Amino acid sequence: MKILLVDDEEELASTLAERLRIRGIDAHWAISAEQAMQRLEAETFDLAVLDVKMPKVDGLKLKQQMQAKNPAMRFIFVTGHGSSRDFETGASEVGADYYLVKPLNIEVLVAKIKEALQR
Amino acid sequence: MIPDAGVIGQSGLQFFGKMCASISHDIKNVLAVINENAGLLEDLCAMAEKGRSMDPSRLKRLAGDIQEQIRRGDRIVTGMNRFAHSADEASTDVDLSELLDLLAALALRFAAARGVRVQVNRPPAAVRVTTAPFLLLNLMWLCLEGAMATAGPGTVELAAENAADGACLRLCRIEGLKEAPAAFLSAEPKGALCLALKAQLSLDPEKNEMALRLPKNRV
Repeated sequence: MKILLVDDEEELASTLAERLRIRGIDAHWAISAEQAMQRLEAETFDLAVLDVKMPKVDGLKLKQQMQAKNPAMRFIFVTGHGSSRDFETGASEVGADYYLVKPLNIEVLVAKIKEALQR
Repeated sequence: MIPDAGVIGQSGLQFFGKMCASISHDIKNVLAVINENAGLLEDLCAMAEKGRSMDPSRLKRLAGDIQEQIRRGDRIVTGMNRFAHSADEASTDVDLSELLDLLAALALRFAAARGVRVQVNRPPAAVRVTTAPFLLLNLMWLCLEGAMATAGPGTVELAAENAADGACLRLCRIEGLKEAPAAFLSAEPKGALCLALKAQLSLDPEKNEMALRLPKNRV
């Protein structure tokens, strides 16, 4: 499985990708929608982990762009907004497989990635 | 008594909520980065326990990254503290450059979302007035929000200067100001805030500037 993490917090994206690689997941990262779409031009990803709030193009718009390029792609959203409403209804509202709140639990993220890819 | 207190109160609460939500988002990001760095340290330790070599410079770098995030978090919380205390007093002595620095820090995330950079130009001498800092921040935020929406991606400059009868705050490089709606100046709650601050807001479309004139003492 090959996944792409997109978060405007570069240190967060790169470190999270490294931790996922340690756990056997082929994880890559980008810090903007523009960078993510450039990668999609050249590579195929099975799943994207997208930050909801990003400058210029947010995670929701980016998901639409990515889906247009690769309809089979799965999505997990992460957000800094931590209300219970976000957590419970967020995923269905944005059409994502899962919706996680920062700071992330790496083992939960790994489990959700695996579940999403088995759907 | 503050004129149009109802309008200002509602607007002020919205402003306060919007800023707090943005600040909490920034703090969450700081915590998320610290969480991943600490997690990676844990991962590396677990790998070392299984016999894999550990590079001390890598650990040092990670510890440095965590310390940098703690400094970043401290800056955010210090700004939040200053913002929260801006509502303490109805009138107090305010350094307007410091107020603009705070406004620029509060606006950072909103500006980034629009591709705007907010730059504060510091004057050679301090510019001070006696005013209501929270109301002034609220009014300046509304002006800046309007300026960012009008200008689009680019740089918006903020500056404070002394004037004969008080001080003037300028928002400069607002591209497209000529096309700004005339109602922008008087639209509530800007009008009520100007009244409460005894301030005058004016546009100079030729210079792409917005100016807010403040009395030396609003009381």
